[in-house]
Amino acid sequence: MAIIVIKDKCKGCKLCIKACPFEAIDMDGKLAVINEKCTACNQCIPSCKFDAIIKTESEDGPVDLSAYKNIWVYAEQRKGKLLNVALELIGEGHRLSREISDDAKVCALIVGNNVEHIAKECFEYGADSVYLIEDPLLENYTTDGYTKVIVDAVKEYKPEIVIYGATHIGRDLAPRVAARLNTGLTADCTRLDVKVSSYIDYAVKNTTLDVSSLDPNSEDKGLKQTRPAFGGNLMATIICPKTRPQMSTVRPGVMQKRERKIGAAGELVKVKPVIAKSDIKIEILDIVKSAKEIVSLTDAEIICSGGRGLGDPSGFELIKKLADKVGGVVGSSRAAVDSGWIDHSHQVGQTGTTVKPKIYFACGISGAIQHLAGMQTSDIIIAINKDPDAPIFEVADYGIVGDLYKVIPQIIEQWDDAEALYDATTK
Amino acid sequence: MAFKIIVCAKQVPDTNEIKIDPVKKTLIREGVPSILNHDDANALEEALKIKDMYPDTHITVVTMGPPQAKDMLMECLAKGADEGVLVSDRAVGGSDTWATSNALAAAILKLGDCDLLFAGRQAIDGDTAQVGPQLAEKLGLPQVTYVTEFKIDKNMKDITVKRAMEDGYELIKIQTPCMLTAIKELNKPRYMSINGIFGLKNKEIKVWNAKDIEVDLATVGLDASPTNVYRSFTPAPKGKGKMIEADTEKEAAQSLLINLKAKHVI
Repeated sequence: MAIIVIKDKCKGCKLCIKACPFEAIDMDGKLAVINEKCTACNQCIPSCKFDAIIKTESEDGPVDLSAYKNIWVYAEQRKGKLLNVALELIGEGHRLSREISDDAKVCALIVGNNVEHIAKECFEYGADSVYLIEDPLLENYTTDGYTKVIVDAVKEYKPEIVIYGATHIGRDLAPRVAARLNTGLTADCTRLDVKVSSYIDYAVKNTTLDVSSLDPNSEDKGLKQTRPAFGGNLMATIICPKTRPQMSTVRPGVMQKRERKIGAAGELVKVKPVIAKSDIKIEILDIVKSAKEIVSLTDAEIICSGGRGLGDPSGFELIKKLADKVGGVVGSSRAAVDSGWIDHSHQVGQTGTTVKPKIYFACGISGAIQHLAGMQTSDIIIAINKDPDAPIFEVADYGIVGDLYKVIPQIIEQWDDAEALYDATTK
Repeated sequence: MAFKIIVCAKQVPDTNEIKIDPVKKTLIREGVPSILNHDDANALEEALKIKDMYPDTHITVVTMGPPQAKDMLMECLAKGADEGVLVSDRAVGGSDTWATSNALAAAILKLGDCDLLFAGRQAIDGDTAQVGPQLAEKLGLPQVTYVTEFKIDKNMKDITVKRAMEDGYELIKIQTPCMLTAIKELNKPRYMSINGIFGLKNKEIKVWNAKDIEVDLATVGLDASPTNVYRSFTPAPKGKGKMIEADTEKEAAQSLLINLKAKHVI
């Protein structure tokens, strides 16, 4: 599989060079030449007005992948407590498994020591089965120990898909497991699809992708893993056609957990791990919980964020007042964090937290791509900025051009009167 | 015997400088500089700090990429690294993280034994954070990722690191040889020095192709990669909403609240 330029058709117009995000096209006289930076991302293909660029398909024959069944979710626990992202992934795995076939199951994989009580929670949130791997050596997460027992279990039970939360542990563990199994892994996904028709629905609603080349009736049930790349400037959908299992890490906060069904039960499979102390090469001396205020941006229904437009760190006092008034939490742009005005744990965006609150207040935030990547799926975005040309207004549902130090106090003052104000307009 | 450190680095476009053409919805890449990836600069800095303390330390920076990536290696050498290796070949182009780790592992094996392998957690163009752990797996080394503090005992064997977690940190003991990935909290990278720049003429950058690193060609490049790009696109901008026009801030706030109430948002 490769991107190639058909020499006779290329006119040397250089449009493809502009379209390429990876500087992977050079000019050789009047001919475009693909260089080794090419990742076969396809961006150049539609840019060519002369149909001179094509993608050649792989010549490999079909591989028998039918031995692999079901979706596994790595149900990450810390100190016996299940992480929220695990429940989100069980919800997503449930949705995907039903798209694969009637008998495909979503299974939670729990690794730890004395953690059987978590199985119940997994069932209640939608897991059909739970695979439980327990051993005193698995008390705390270690890369070596967890990789070994998970690889062994995958080899034995052959899941078709394995998904992990893109947490500091998931992103340490999954690549190691994928490398040992010699299978593909896609990082930090924000959307998963199995059916082509579902992918088309998603693409039409949320993206600029031309879906005319996709067949909604296709039998293809491979995992389509969509993720931001290039600092959120580009979205890529990745497939893993030749190897199994297909694996992804998924960003916390983007998938939906199912409603809890108290008392729901399922099949519990206890897997006996083969693990020895010598398998674990590191020693955990201490696990320290930070004393700093925990900012739960992912769970917040309202987020009030401040950026460089605040002018100085004291601006966050006003943001905090707004957050207290509206029942929200304080977020920030990367610029404010880089300026040292507020802790990184408040940062929203590509390199911070991805959020999807009901209301997002962007105060003095210009709207850099990397910030937008982390908040633009919020239900309602309210932007307050002095600069009428700030990019944030392009994604805002409501924009106010003005001095945030004058506008925000007015919002705080009148917040409780909103109903009366509204009634007055409808009379 | 010298303490040998290999730092893995990548030359990346500065993604903060990229903008989207508001009309054509395509990336505007003109004028976007290529830089040493941020986390990799932290990895190199930590290696240089070890060398500051123990001068009998040899630092090799290894990268994979197009010929231009040599510029980034020059920067690393001018900061104080001893040697640079660029793996560059059309045969390894288009590699995903699995295939990239195969190529880098082959190059590192060719360099011989190393005591410490240091990489950045992730590159800002791909943001996968996968190559470090996958490379460690291919080399059979234990790993610690998200390193924010590093101490090595004078026996040059015992290492203690802090590993950042979402809600705190872990204190971990590990022994050489091992692989660590750095994040920006680890240190503040130094600049190139005048002496470092003058010293470049005595330092070497090796450029190796796939044959030089003796890698199995069935494990590198686009075709060998288990993951492929199915489709790619720019995210759809959320449609522009309503600009609230008002004479005073008070009226603007009122208008906003009325709108939110009308939409049952509050």
